[in-house]
Amino acid sequence: MMNIEEKTFNQDFQFQVPLAPKQTRLQAFWFLFKQNRLAIVGLFIFILFFCSALIGLFLTSGPEPIFDPAMIRLQEKLRPPLAKPNLDSLRPEEVPTLDFYLMGTDDLGRDVFARMLQGAWVSLTVGFVAVGIAVLIGIFMGGIAGYFGQYHIKIDHILLTFILVSGAGLVAVKLIHFGALLLLLGLGHILYSILTKKRSREKAVSSWSAFLSKNAVSVDTLIMRIVDIMLCFPSFFLILTVVALLPASIYNIMIVIGLTSWMGTTRFVRAEFLSLREQDFVAAVKALGVSNFRIIFRHMMPNAVAPVLVSATIGIATAILTEAGLSFLGFGVPPPHATWGNILSDGKRFIFDAPWLTFIPGIAILIVVLSFNLFGEGLRDTLNPRLRERH
Amino acid sequence: MESVRRQNHIILGVQSLKKYFSIRRGFFQRVAGWVKAVDGVSFEIEQGKTLGLVGESGCGKTTVARLILKLLEPDEGKIIFQGSDISEFTEKDMKPHRKEIQIVFQDPFGSLNPRMTIGLSIEEGLRILGIKSGRSRKERLEKLLKMVGMSPDSADRYPHEFSGGQRQRICIARALSVDPSLVICDEPISALDVSIQAQIINLLKDLQDRLGLSYLFISHDLNVVGYLCNTIYVMYKGQIMESAPAEELFENPCHPYTMSLLSAILDPEPGKRQKMKLLEPDLSDSLITSAGCNFQGRCPIEEPRCRKEEISFEKVGEKHIVRCWKVAEK
Repeated sequence: MMNIEEKTFNQDFQFQVPLAPKQTRLQAFWFLFKQNRLAIVGLFIFILFFCSALIGLFLTSGPEPIFDPAMIRLQEKLRPPLAKPNLDSLRPEEVPTLDFYLMGTDDLGRDVFARMLQGAWVSLTVGFVAVGIAVLIGIFMGGIAGYFGQYHIKIDHILLTFILVSGAGLVAVKLIHFGALLLLLGLGHILYSILTKKRSREKAVSSWSAFLSKNAVSVDTLIMRIVDIMLCFPSFFLILTVVALLPASIYNIMIVIGLTSWMGTTRFVRAEFLSLREQDFVAAVKALGVSNFRIIFRHMMPNAVAPVLVSATIGIATAILTEAGLSFLGFGVPPPHATWGNILSDGKRFIFDAPWLTFIPGIAILIVVLSFNLFGEGLRDTLNPRLRERH
Repeated sequence: MESVRRQNHIILGVQSLKKYFSIRRGFFQRVAGWVKAVDGVSFEIEQGKTLGLVGESGCGKTTVARLILKLLEPDEGKIIFQGSDISEFTEKDMKPHRKEIQIVFQDPFGSLNPRMTIGLSIEEGLRILGIKSGRSRKERLEKLLKMVGMSPDSADRYPHEFSGGQRQRICIARALSVDPSLVICDEPISALDVSIQAQIINLLKDLQDRLGLSYLFISHDLNVVGYLCNTIYVMYKGQIMESAPAEELFENPCHPYTMSLLSAILDPEPGKRQKMKLLEPDLSDSLITSAGCNFQGRCPIEEPRCRKEEISFEKVGEKHIVRCWKVAEK
């Protein structure tokens, strides 16, 4: 082995080259981002919303919350914003914490401000968790399609998957004997193919096994067609159907929204990976002998997240809107819990008598969604390499 | 330890290497034709020597490099590296051999990860070598950076903070981080300024003397290749047209393509400047080759026979071969 340490080097060979002043990527990013006023406004509202939702969670939860969103005061119903409570008719524990109703009360005399605070947390978590799920699935699927896309799935793989899935399905519908048989068959085949892996490199003998090991479809085609199929469904109605079948809970809604909105991320990640895979720096680390896993996650992913980040930011806005829509239709979070959607839905009956019941949550949804969109577009403009002067 | 290696020891032998790419057309992606990117290329690189591969854009030089690195799978032929045929190796078999062959790319802007500091980029190689402790990696990293003439405190900077020449030095450092024995230089200087080109060439030469590296130097600049290489192979449309030791090729070019390439070099002395034998531009469907010599249609001394028969190599000198039958007649 040749060893670099064993060599001695002439010091005169080195020469120092002046380097550009040090500027981290974050500094450069912030310099460009802050020139976009609307994006800064969006970021500011986003932070405000985040803080109020977080504080709102603490203020409205627990056995004795500071703002009680569930406190019913029938004698104080439909009070306008900033109205003083009628202290004579209220028991001491019913008196609102602020001594006035900041956003009025609804038809049951509940404090709308407290309900909005509680709803903010729902919107925030639905937005982030749903998009988190979508982004994770999207990155995984897109990464596989982009990096391993040229590999082919063979016919026996498809048959095997079919056998295993149908076996599991039969077990699930209580046809245990037949299902277990199929499962055993599938697992047996996997074991068999692992044991005979070394020998299978030689040419296949019979025409039947040759047919089984024929390339059926490339991984890329498979994943992208699944994406196309998923995009064909009108997702809101898909969500409505699924939510109608599942017990109403905020977690189900998050998961369902997440499972129906990963396709965009998949396409972005795949497109980025297709172009990154051909780049010299990826070829260079491949030549170094770096593992595929490390190439994908250490070298390619950081270069592919920019469009994902943008689409995720805008996706949060869409998820918040979807949740509000579901709650408005009564398919969302079950009633005692307040969300912006069901405050809006409850208030629509009193739109002429108590317009604040519809306008306050409506404007809140508008502002939050708008701020996410503005922030997302600002991100996109800043991360777009064509708008950068250098690199 | 390196003294064990004998002179004239052949480190890489390539035998009738072939890589065809299919052209697919239409809705059903049927194969409409084949691009013979590399069509039967053979050469040998001796330990500690430099082999130059010259040819115009698109003649398959880079494909040869990618085949040797196993970034592409060859369709036919053997790649014998240090005694074992790596062309048959699977990705798993290849892993321990990967670090022995490294590459420096043409585009210094695209060959470094923009999201990683250059220190981290180079340390990827040190990780492969199995240097686990952070401190010894840092020491080694400093050594590598010094070796390519960069200051060690540039390690925590990002690629966009460097100039093209500096980035190319970093790329060389990364290639050397795994102690390779063969470095493929894929037009490492064609994206650089002339003054920087000289620095990089001298650096490469210097490193070869110190570390006993072998180079496969790919370029379209015959001047540089003539200065740096021991043997020169001239490539055209996926085939070797002529190969000879460097001085021999410059003194006695035999293939018409080599002659026209040589005449395109500008001599600084006005009196010495010879008339350029400019080639007609290749307007034919250059992707798909027909029967006969690949140089047909552009060759100034073409005859009907060139379009009919396959042309094989004629021996001109001891190590000088030409793919042109007219040379033998002379």
